[in-house]
Amino acid sequence: MDQRRAPVYEALQEFRRNRVVPFDVPGHKRGRGNPELVSLLGKQCVELDVNSMKPLDNLCHPISVIKEAENLAAEAFGAAHAFLMVGGTTSAVQTMVLTACKSGEKIIMPRNVHRSVINALVVNGATPIYVNPETDNHLGIALGMKISQVERAIEENPDAVAILVNNPTYYGICSNLKRIVELAHENGMMVLVDEAHGTHFYFGDDMPVTAMAAGADMSSVSMHKSGGSLTQSSFLLTGPNVSPGYVRQVINLTQTTSASYLLIASLDISRRNLALRGKDLFKEVMRIADYARTEINKIGGYYAYGKELINGDSVYDFDPTKLTVYTLDIGLAGIEVYDLLRDEYDIQLELGDMGNVLAYISIGDRMREVERLVSALFDIKRLYSKDRTGLFDHEYITPSVVMTPQEAFYAPKEEMIPIRETNGRICTEFLMCYPPGIPILAPGERITQEIIDYVLYAKEKGCQLTGPEDEKVECLNVIKEHATY
Amino acid sequence: MEFWFTELHTPHVKFSVKVDKHLYSSENDLGRVDIFDSPEFGRFLAVDGYIIFTQRDEFIYDEMLSHVPMAVNPKAERILVFGSGDGGVVRELLKYQSIKTIDLIEINEGVVQACRQYFPEMAESLDDPRVTIYTENALRFIRHIENEYDLIIVDSAGFYGPGESLLTREFYGSCYKALKADGIMVNQHQSPFYEEDRIETQKAHKRIVNSFPISRVYQAHIPSYPSGYWLFGFASKKFRPVIDLDADAWNRLGIKTDYYTTNLHKGCFALPAYVERMLADVEKIKD
Repeated sequence: MDQRRAPVYEALQEFRRNRVVPFDVPGHKRGRGNPELVSLLGKQCVELDVNSMKPLDNLCHPISVIKEAENLAAEAFGAAHAFLMVGGTTSAVQTMVLTACKSGEKIIMPRNVHRSVINALVVNGATPIYVNPETDNHLGIALGMKISQVERAIEENPDAVAILVNNPTYYGICSNLKRIVELAHENGMMVLVDEAHGTHFYFGDDMPVTAMAAGADMSSVSMHKSGGSLTQSSFLLTGPNVSPGYVRQVINLTQTTSASYLLIASLDISRRNLALRGKDLFKEVMRIADYARTEINKIGGYYAYGKELINGDSVYDFDPTKLTVYTLDIGLAGIEVYDLLRDEYDIQLELGDMGNVLAYISIGDRMREVERLVSALFDIKRLYSKDRTGLFDHEYITPSVVMTPQEAFYAPKEEMIPIRETNGRICTEFLMCYPPGIPILAPGERITQEIIDYVLYAKEKGCQLTGPEDEKVECLNVIKEHATY
Repeated sequence: MEFWFTELHTPHVKFSVKVDKHLYSSENDLGRVDIFDSPEFGRFLAVDGYIIFTQRDEFIYDEMLSHVPMAVNPKAERILVFGSGDGGVVRELLKYQSIKTIDLIEINEGVVQACRQYFPEMAESLDDPRVTIYTENALRFIRHIENEYDLIIVDSAGFYGPGESLLTREFYGSCYKALKADGIMVNQHQSPFYEEDRIETQKAHKRIVNSFPISRVYQAHIPSYPSGYWLFGFASKKFRPVIDLDADAWNRLGIKTDYYTTNLHKGCFALPAYVERMLADVEKIKD
């Protein structure tokens, strides 16, 4: 196939030239009905906001240009099939889970999964079997799954139908994906991979193995993260043993029937860009990330980590484009450095957690901004560093699952009580610390004092807590005391 | 033939200069440099379509960036200059025998080369043995330097583009650290007149106020710049710009200038009410 082609993009160009008179939706009619929208987004952009029609194909049932774009994407990613997704990688992840398991079935996954995975379990009623990821006690971050732990989970749950793996984690850490795929397939389980942070693995040199190369069955790839497409656009990839027709049906259960052509076209041209130029682009991204790591480590007090974390098991590989910096040694929590960078230096990072900040380096970065980031970290150390005593540095908390997310989410016997009083109770909702959006509590889990302390501390440090019905996150919904489970 | 160079001072205001000749044009990832001859402003240099200096009025800008801090601390020996690859500021600084070294950081080597060719009378100052030119990123150059300079002059090209990093908190913080205990930093501060420039002036002022114990603003009239009215910042660790001026001492140096005088020095820190107000607005927002 010719990766220089971009069928959806070309069809849109053709469509524009034909000056078709619109008596269909969207009602803004090429923007004429909404001049303020045109002045915000530009004429060119609004004109491309059109509906599915014969020359442009239909995402619900692709037969022409979208199908061609999917075939080109499948080839570029080394997949048997690729689906263009417009509901974010969240929708791709949900499709994987809904395809692989159903109510009453078990799915093995690391605890540091994205919320979208557990949300899918609330929808379909499957039971999560959590593999506790190793934690790096110094850095306070969750690592990958050890092979021995995966083996044990399989042994203890031979009836599980699938294993979900992060490749990589938010922090750039990869498990031994190839070995996990072998183990899973030997035991008749599917392998689903969350590659929200792994798009570039498919195109750059010297990158960790990709899900498709490792023989996984399905993978969700956030093209809009390192791939450069518009926010909310994403790819779902499948291997040769998965029926694309069935996956399409699952996608259509929840996907919009009015998919945005801005998103679809952005996937098409971003795939083309990476297929043609990805190798060089990501070489430059790696060079920038390496430079930043070296410069930040020269400051002293900060630790920008890289491939030295690799240990052959729980850190089987490391994403060289990730720039994560451990900040506790200058006496500041990651979230404090994250806030200072934004408020005082006009620099927005991807995340700040208790001990780390993460700067997202991508194909749009230039050296001059990296110099600003390094100098700002230098200046923060000069002006704000403190004694580190009293800093809480534990991030990962082992969950205790009492009932399935679906049972708990729909449990009739619940009450809302202040967080401080919830020790020992079973939570019926999510509690996430943003970023990175990995659940502290999921529906059906027992609340412990450790969790309460962590949540109160995170709130005090300025983390954004989300999930609960109570938007101020002062109370949590729990199963009523006298209910017995 | 009518041949005009036009610069947008705001989206709604144009400034046009009649041009005789387009002498030079080159473009790299740091921007496009053009040099023109004009009947009114003489030869002038533009980067990305914005006039950086003209032969006719550069003396005002260069003198105000150099002599104001030097008159407050005539003992300054080690000077660091950011930008100013045309050599104008260095030419003024070299009038002081007491200065021992001038380090000049100009990331855009193309500007230096073009100026050597088309503005030799300004750029010849760059060949003085006291001057060292570095072509590297300003932030990278300065962040590891501590307690080394008596005076830092920040001649940033503007608020956008490659010069943007010279207007950041991390940059001013690094300058503070690189200065000695009685160090001074001066910078060009844009014009307070047009709305968009004003907002940037305020932002920069706020960042400097947060980085230095003493931070004052002074003004000059520069006809080729937007609104013709220009501000400069004077920030220091110890010296106060007017009270600590020893006018007699400076006048004894016998330095010839065309704009700067010690009388003007005392007056240029007296600002119009609207400028005082816009600066005070951001000074209050201290951390």
